[in-house]
Amino acid sequence: MNVFNTLRNIVENRASLILIGAMILVLPLLMTSSFQMRLAIVVWVYAMAVIGLNLLMGFAGQVSLGHAGFFGIGAYSVALGPSQLGLSPALSLPAGVAFCGILALVLGRPILRLKGHYLAVATLGLGMLVFMVLSNEVELTGGPDGMQVPRMAILGWKVKGTDTWYWITGIALIIGVWLALNLINSPTGLALRAIRDSEVAASVLGVDIAKYKVIVFSISACFASAAGGLLALYNGHVTPGLSDFLISVQMVTMVVLGGMGSIAGSLVGAALIIILPQFLTSLHEYEHAFLGLIMILTMIFMRSGIVPSIGNAIKRGRHDSNS
Amino acid sequence: MTAILETTGLSIFFGGLKALDNVSLAVRPGEILSVIGPNGAGKTTLFNLISGVYQPSSGQVFLEGQDVTGQEPNKLAGMGLTRTFQNLQVFQTMTALENVMVGRHLHEKRNIVAHLLSLPSVRRQRVESREKAMECLARVDLEQYAHQPASALPYGALKRLEIARALALSPKVLLLDEPAAGCNPRETEEVDEIISEIAAGGMAVVLVEHDMRLVMKISNHILVLNFGRKLAEGNAASIAADPHVIEAYLGLEGDKGETGAVAE
Repeated sequence: MNVFNTLRNIVENRASLILIGAMILVLPLLMTSSFQMRLAIVVWVYAMAVIGLNLLMGFAGQVSLGHAGFFGIGAYSVALGPSQLGLSPALSLPAGVAFCGILALVLGRPILRLKGHYLAVATLGLGMLVFMVLSNEVELTGGPDGMQVPRMAILGWKVKGTDTWYWITGIALIIGVWLALNLINSPTGLALRAIRDSEVAASVLGVDIAKYKVIVFSISACFASAAGGLLALYNGHVTPGLSDFLISVQMVTMVVLGGMGSIAGSLVGAALIIILPQFLTSLHEYEHAFLGLIMILTMIFMRSGIVPSIGNAIKRGRHDSNS
Repeated sequence: MTAILETTGLSIFFGGLKALDNVSLAVRPGEILSVIGPNGAGKTTLFNLISGVYQPSSGQVFLEGQDVTGQEPNKLAGMGLTRTFQNLQVFQTMTALENVMVGRHLHEKRNIVAHLLSLPSVRRQRVESREKAMECLARVDLEQYAHQPASALPYGALKRLEIARALALSPKVLLLDEPAAGCNPRETEEVDEIISEIAAGGMAVVLVEHDMRLVMKISNHILVLNFGRKLAEGNAASIAADPHVIEAYLGLEGDKGETGAVAE
């Protein structure tokens, strides 16, 4: 009985990991074109960034409207690492992640003292600052035209082909999901949720609020920069557009639409925002209006986001059939 | 035995208002000090100053002889001082058990990298925290609610949940802000037993409470506040007999005010 309970706990805690892993494995069998595969790569990459942002928003209850800044820095690090520092692209990726993590630790201290709308505006400024630097430092970044990213090679093996990138980004996403779930189910995750629910209660129980906010901000920045770096390596070029304000907004939308505090929701949110426009292209000029309408309706009828809302509906259904 | 918690001349101003004016108190381990006074007398403000939520305008707070004035709440928690809240501050999206597990925070190893990788030591520690939290829930008789979301618990249970959460920290000094408010007589009796047990275990308890029967029964010492100032101080008998206290708070003889209501 006890063993059974333990097993069930493990499966329940890891349900999203198992589901996402299975989906990444099976999807290539169902996809009929390399276009779909390319779309999947973009979804995996965005999902990874969005999972990081969800740790910040959905668990610690803090907002960031500048996460594309970290996305952009991650992307440019795989371009600048080889050209400026002579690092290999494969090494530039973790170096960029580390740089973003440290940058977020330093900038997070003053920024995360702010709350609500003030925090939103401060992070917005942070993202815009990154965009400005990437657009205007022409000598270093190539300006608005962006720059080339050399092909990644691991131990002499040149990484190329859509298939290969599908698996690399897929595995990266699985690792991201695993790390995020571990964090959520750890004392750190509990402390973050405590901060979201009541800062004053968390602090009188010994939780160092300022420290945890900065740590989760840094972790989420690492997720975003890893995702940005992977996207740049896959695309083979970078432009400042990756750190555009609209990308930040898109990421927040993905978090909220998929479900705050739901890791699987982050993937669903990312998939929806990236794939839906492809289906709506036949609507031509009404495409964006339609996308907006779908978002509004989702938020009205699934207030807590797609995945949590469906999860609650299933629970309620089970409860009804039991009673 | 010397006092574990002591304040000297604690004061705070909000604009021109002296919310708390020159309040000194001392509590020894195993003692229950009750702070009473009419609404707005500054009781919760006193708690906010002691627990580091507010910074005092003047005066000092000593914990185990050390000056801790103006320290942040989490630092004070680390030194063994925690509190509950009059207006509940329960973690609404957590289960009752998770609420109490937050109280184990300082007793856990807080290595973020180990948490990210979910190392076996982290999982072992989690099992231990869960057991300890379960024991704390049992102390306030809430085991049956352990896996319920806190938002689904009745009011009286939430009051006790806050006590369990504070106990999980294993504090030396516990500030309880109206733990029996909104509780029915039977629940109040349970709270009474819980507090007595806590103090018997050697913890120093500072209690803010309106239920005079509870206060008179369990307090070693009572401090009466009125308009932010100390009005009287002493044991239950001397406070009940103090003419100033009777006038300001307990009500004049024959007056069926607040005393009549709470004492039924």
